[in-house]
Amino acid sequence: MSVLVNKDTRVVFTGITGKSGGFHAKLCMEYGTKVVAGVTPGKGGQTFEDSVPVFDTVVDAVDKEGANAACVFVPPPFAADSILECLDAGIDLIIAITEGIPVKDMALVKKRLLETDSRLIGPNCPGVITPGECKIGIMPGYIHKPGTVGIVSRSGTLTYEAVWQVTCAGYGQSTCIGIGGDPINGTSHTDAIKLFNEDPDTEAIIMIGEIGGDAEEQAAAYIKEHVEKPVAGFIAGTTAPPGRRMGHAGAIVSGGSGTAEAKIAAMKDAGIAVADTPSDMGQALLRAWGKA
Amino acid sequence: MNIHEYQAKQLFEKFGIPCPRGAATSSAEEFGSSIDKLGDGLIVVKSQIHAGGRGKGTFTDGFQGGVKLAKTKEEAIDYANKMLGNTLVTVQTGPAGREVQTIYFTEGADIEKEYYLAILMDRATSKPVVVASTEGGMDIETVAEETPEKIFKAFVDPAMGLQAYQARKIAFALGLEGKQAGSCAKLIFNLYRMFWETDASMVEVNPLISTPDGGVMALDAKVGFDDNALYRHSDIVAFRDLNEEDDKEIEASKFDLNYIALDGNIACLVNGAGLAMATMDIIKHFGGEPANFLDVGGGATAKQVTAAFKIILSDENVEGILVNIFGGIMQCDIIAEGVIEAAKAVSLDKPLVVRLEGTNVEKGKKLLAESGIEITSADSLADAAEKIVKIVKAQ
Repeated sequence: MSVLVNKDTRVVFTGITGKSGGFHAKLCMEYGTKVVAGVTPGKGGQTFEDSVPVFDTVVDAVDKEGANAACVFVPPPFAADSILECLDAGIDLIIAITEGIPVKDMALVKKRLLETDSRLIGPNCPGVITPGECKIGIMPGYIHKPGTVGIVSRSGTLTYEAVWQVTCAGYGQSTCIGIGGDPINGTSHTDAIKLFNEDPDTEAIIMIGEIGGDAEEQAAAYIKEHVEKPVAGFIAGTTAPPGRRMGHAGAIVSGGSGTAEAKIAAMKDAGIAVADTPSDMGQALLRAWGKA
Repeated sequence: MNIHEYQAKQLFEKFGIPCPRGAATSSAEEFGSSIDKLGDGLIVVKSQIHAGGRGKGTFTDGFQGGVKLAKTKEEAIDYANKMLGNTLVTVQTGPAGREVQTIYFTEGADIEKEYYLAILMDRATSKPVVVASTEGGMDIETVAEETPEKIFKAFVDPAMGLQAYQARKIAFALGLEGKQAGSCAKLIFNLYRMFWETDASMVEVNPLISTPDGGVMALDAKVGFDDNALYRHSDIVAFRDLNEEDDKEIEASKFDLNYIALDGNIACLVNGAGLAMATMDIIKHFGGEPANFLDVGGGATAKQVTAAFKIILSDENVEGILVNIFGGIMQCDIIAEGVIEAAKAVSLDKPLVVRLEGTNVEKGKKLLAESGIEITSADSLADAAEKIVKIVKAQ
């Protein structure tokens, strides 16, 4: 088993006729993901890669192809609108890859999201993968391996780093969730940890965070209270200067809050095995898991 | 993106937020005519830089205070002459300080009491929040820590906007009464309108003041904007002051590179923001000091990699370079080509450690090995960091 996505997930790509949307939709299909539809307003009736029907609206993709998950690749000025359209069409799981959506747009999306039963992952994230079954996003498929480690992270390449360390050590992943680097996102660390905790096939968890906000502290508090499974972690940005945005819109230490030190302390207090360096995430997990 | 106080006050005026009359100039010849635009009475002379703590700052020539109160026009011009072109060091500028290139003169205000007012996006609730305090002129973090009961907050439903009762509630909580409370509520309401309509990330008024004649006024203004939303605000982009930015950061932004200059001597070039931060951290972990943060992004071209190399090498403090790439969608052989092209284009004379992992890694390593460029290769991120720190220390 796994969380969020599996071999039966039916995915619609919004922005499928765009350059990067098309490129990644194709890679997801090659991985084995059931990409059942694409949406580009005005291009309804076309076919993507000779097999995937393109529709004008998301609701058409739901009605005609039974899409139950969406991957949003629409450029930033139109991305919030695309997410709202997915919510309106009743899509259960929306994964927004787009980087650079205005915070104000996301505040409005979040307000609407909370009125529905749908789940949003991202934006500004690499996506979600259940190895061997379904990849929705931009992560390289081959570094993953089916297994029992759940991984959640705000950063893309840092997740790949952790995945690769786990895979090289001979273990695999149940599901990897990239929650994204923006200040307002659909799914938090805590939400992802809850999913992993309740998933019988996830035996151990890696939680990767970075400076900014207090989502890692909240997740640590949840883990301390509710999670028996071994958890390892890492926080990026110990050396980041305060007041500067470190690439991700949400990665900023402001007014003394959101520091790496505070997050690491909260995680250690919750019994999480915090890796000293990003090279040690896999080994830290194996030690906590009694496999090292 | 941040703007200067005098620019923020222009926006305040547009949105009906009362503040003292003022005039800004970058030319010493215009000091007199700027002051003449103001009414009679005290004149406040304010250095314009994008950093807080100006009043308590010190100029590098020893002159004290980036904000001065003058009784006469002559005194104000004298202060302005001492500030313009001088470098101001405050708690927020770092030891290098910032050169003052604009002076803002304002009318002196009659202060009854000082307050604090700010609006920002609250991450935990995903809502805008209005924050106010009776402790004006003070650092709000200190107030939050020592006397949290003196801070009042109103969370705003983003779809509905700030409601009049919320603005009134804050005004009354600050202890204002009657007409003055009404004026304050109106100011808060207009400030929220400005925050929302301009896609601001933060608007801070510290201090907000009440005056003996029953008014309220924004004495200072600090405003920042959401970079992601600038595409729909050309009027705000026009406020950008390149003098306030690092030359290398300006150059990087032209190539869509995420670059931040730091004080160390080991430069790094990485794909992905999280990994770029983690690379800085691991350099420090092994006893080195990172010279920069640099994320070349997920789909960098050889041209971008070359530009990135030029930028990191233009930093005189750099004594070694660490390239750390986890090729996902970005293929290692493309990065290797970029590194080779860049090394040739910029006549690389600093030690270079390269760690490649991921898609087409063997192809990438082979290209580097056959390029004839002197490169130390590394097997893992830890190995790479250890090697570059050791090489730089041995120099």
